[in-house]
Amino acid sequence: MDGLAGTSSRLTWAVHISTALLVALWLFPTLGLLISSFRTADQISQSGWWASMFPSEQRIIQRAADPDEFRSEDGDKFIVSGTLFAPGTENEVIAWGTSSRQVDAYRPGDIADLGDGESMRVTADGFYSWRGNDEQLSGRGQRIFVTAIAPPEFTLKNYERVLLSGDSTDGMAKAFFNTLTVTIPATIIPIVVAAFAAYALAWMQFPGRALLIASVVGLLVVPLQLALIPLLQFHNGIGIGKGYLGTWLAHTGFGLPLAVYLLRNYMVGLPRDIIENAKVDGATDFQIFTKIIVPLSFPAMASFAIFQFLWTWNDLLVARVFLIDATGETTVMTNQIVELLGTRGGNWEILATAAFVSIAVPLAVFFAMQRFLVRGLLAGSVK
Amino acid sequence: MHPALQGLITIIIGVGGCIGYFYLSNQILDRVVFPPRKNDAGRNINRANAVRPWLFLLPAMVALGLYLAYPVFSTLWLSLTDRSQNGAFVGLANYNQMFSEAKFWEAMLNNMMWLIVVPAASTAFGLLAAQLTDRISWGNIAKSIIFMPMAISFVGAAVIFKLIYDSRPVDQAQIGVLNAIWLQFDGGLGSLLLLKLLPGIIVLSFAAIASYIGWIILRPLITGDAAGGALMVVARIAGVAVSAFFLVRSLILLLGVMSFSPTYGEPQQWLTIPFWNNFFLMIVLIWIQTGFAMVILSAALRGIPEETVEAAIVDGANPFQVFFGIKVPQITGTIVVVWTTITLVVLKIFDIVFAMTNGQWETQVLANYMFDKLFRANDWGVGSASAIIIMILVSPILVWNVYNARKEMR
Repeated sequence: MDGLAGTSSRLTWAVHISTALLVALWLFPTLGLLISSFRTADQISQSGWWASMFPSEQRIIQRAADPDEFRSEDGDKFIVSGTLFAPGTENEVIAWGTSSRQVDAYRPGDIADLGDGESMRVTADGFYSWRGNDEQLSGRGQRIFVTAIAPPEFTLKNYERVLLSGDSTDGMAKAFFNTLTVTIPATIIPIVVAAFAAYALAWMQFPGRALLIASVVGLLVVPLQLALIPLLQFHNGIGIGKGYLGTWLAHTGFGLPLAVYLLRNYMVGLPRDIIENAKVDGATDFQIFTKIIVPLSFPAMASFAIFQFLWTWNDLLVARVFLIDATGETTVMTNQIVELLGTRGGNWEILATAAFVSIAVPLAVFFAMQRFLVRGLLAGSVK
Repeated sequence: MHPALQGLITIIIGVGGCIGYFYLSNQILDRVVFPPRKNDAGRNINRANAVRPWLFLLPAMVALGLYLAYPVFSTLWLSLTDRSQNGAFVGLANYNQMFSEAKFWEAMLNNMMWLIVVPAASTAFGLLAAQLTDRISWGNIAKSIIFMPMAISFVGAAVIFKLIYDSRPVDQAQIGVLNAIWLQFDGGLGSLLLLKLLPGIIVLSFAAIASYIGWIILRPLITGDAAGGALMVVARIAGVAVSAFFLVRSLILLLGVMSFSPTYGEPQQWLTIPFWNNFFLMIVLIWIQTGFAMVILSAALRGIPEETVEAAIVDGANPFQVFFGIKVPQITGTIVVVWTTITLVVLKIFDIVFAMTNGQWETQVLANYMFDKLFRANDWGVGSASAIIIMILVSPILVWNVYNARKEMR
């Protein structure tokens, strides 16, 4: 559409700005979660995540080191010195004080007169020196109130805790592998089953074909909510109960209509000549299918594989009904997060990290295979 | 055995079994049952070819029948029986019990609101995003980002938005974006514009659309040239009633917006404010579905013949006229498809409500109501009855899809 007559440059700017706004609005929520997952619990509760990108002002109360232990002689007086910040931090003092009534009485570098020759000095990098006589420098260390500018700080501790600690309430490692165990067979098996059926519906002649295609289209929209109780009864009846096998079968069944529909639509569009030539050359249907149809249908299979992967990875309902039993050994990530929302509703560092662990894999798949996803969407709904 | 290993073995058995089944059944068919030998050669080849499609279809048909078709009837039967009486037939008792529950009607009403707001907003935003990103150089990056929430689970999105809606006591720093913004409002002119005028205009325009649609449906009845017999008259009256209902609801809503006096300067618990919290939940789904609508509509916009747009520009149409007068009418079919697809998602919406409010504070929806009944109250009768309600709501789309698919195949 670029360069069309009637497209003024002012309008072009408006388009750029509105697009940027829209994109920011859509990115903002996920960004908040991502950034929160790299902050400590204290940081999260002290300021909104949007403030974490900029240096923040912090109030710190510290005591000078114990004078009875650390004081050293300095002429006729004693001196205690040290630093207020942990090594490695790059905080900068902007104001300080020695009483809670006036926490910002002095600038960095000032010398505070504490009376009778006792004095305190704090520099911008957090270094303090406290001078006084024998009596003044005894007992507990002098309190120092510091207002400091702290640079943005991020940590990987949350990920360590969620992924590596093995903690049964916070840990996601087990749930991660359980999710993977559900997802991979539940993605591959329906493709195999659907591919054969789609070939039959696309290229074989038999009575009732149109009816079958129509019923696949109809089954596309049947809500899986209807299947919960009857299938649970069925699974209990044949003795597989709650477990992986039942979940794989359920995902296969629920994914099949879309798989058959997408693959059939794609296969119908393959060139007739190739298939008929192969038939003339004496190839059987099975050979045509494995040697010609499957390699040519790869893009459609990839599209469906992404759909099914995202759907099974992100699913909560099927897992809760068909997989997770009372022991909770087979919990999946979505369920683990819902439970964290209940038990750790306020601990955003754990929640954000756990949630991000669960959405990282689908996001990676999404960005790597976006092309196939778009193609599948277009084939699945636009006609 | 480790589940991962078990999974691997299942993949091998499942995939290998499928391929083995197809291969062996074909071999048996060709070699043993109908071997093309001697006098029967021609006839046997034909017979084998008549059976073969069913070999290819069998696993899929069994799975579809068992996992989707059979449960529809089984659920229908469960909804007519009582589990506590050993599955005795009780007629419509479960439905009667369900219809007498306030929570069910709350779920129905909320679902209707979801049905109107989410598809409309997602399609509108999707159309906007498609049109905007089509014209600029970094459009593909913008599209990727708007499309990205499609990959995020409903549960993940629920966590993301819970952080946005988070509320802290008034003396602490707000870590939820919405409350941080809310505290900027002080009841001045800006608050009046953004919190009264803007929602007022949105609600008023919705009321206008509802009454306009109602009028279009009603007009033939008044002028007396309604075609199509008694059934159409009944349908028209029903349509008028529905639009009148929405008109009244939106006027009540408008009154609510105008008389609403918020307490400025106080952080709000967004998800516990009855009625409005539904919209905070809907935003999550709109955020997810807009990308889908954008992708489909963007492809449709690209498919519009360039000449029609150029002709309009030559005739002096401005960009807005081109968009609404030329482009949108040409992609109406796609808009309908997007709308119905999102409608299907909305009808089954469960995870978002389950994870964020679990139906408390008047946010119940049908699927969560059903889950409550089936697995918490263990009342299979009422639970199945509500599942059947979802099925009934879905079935017009089912019929429409099948009708279109059949039309296309002819």
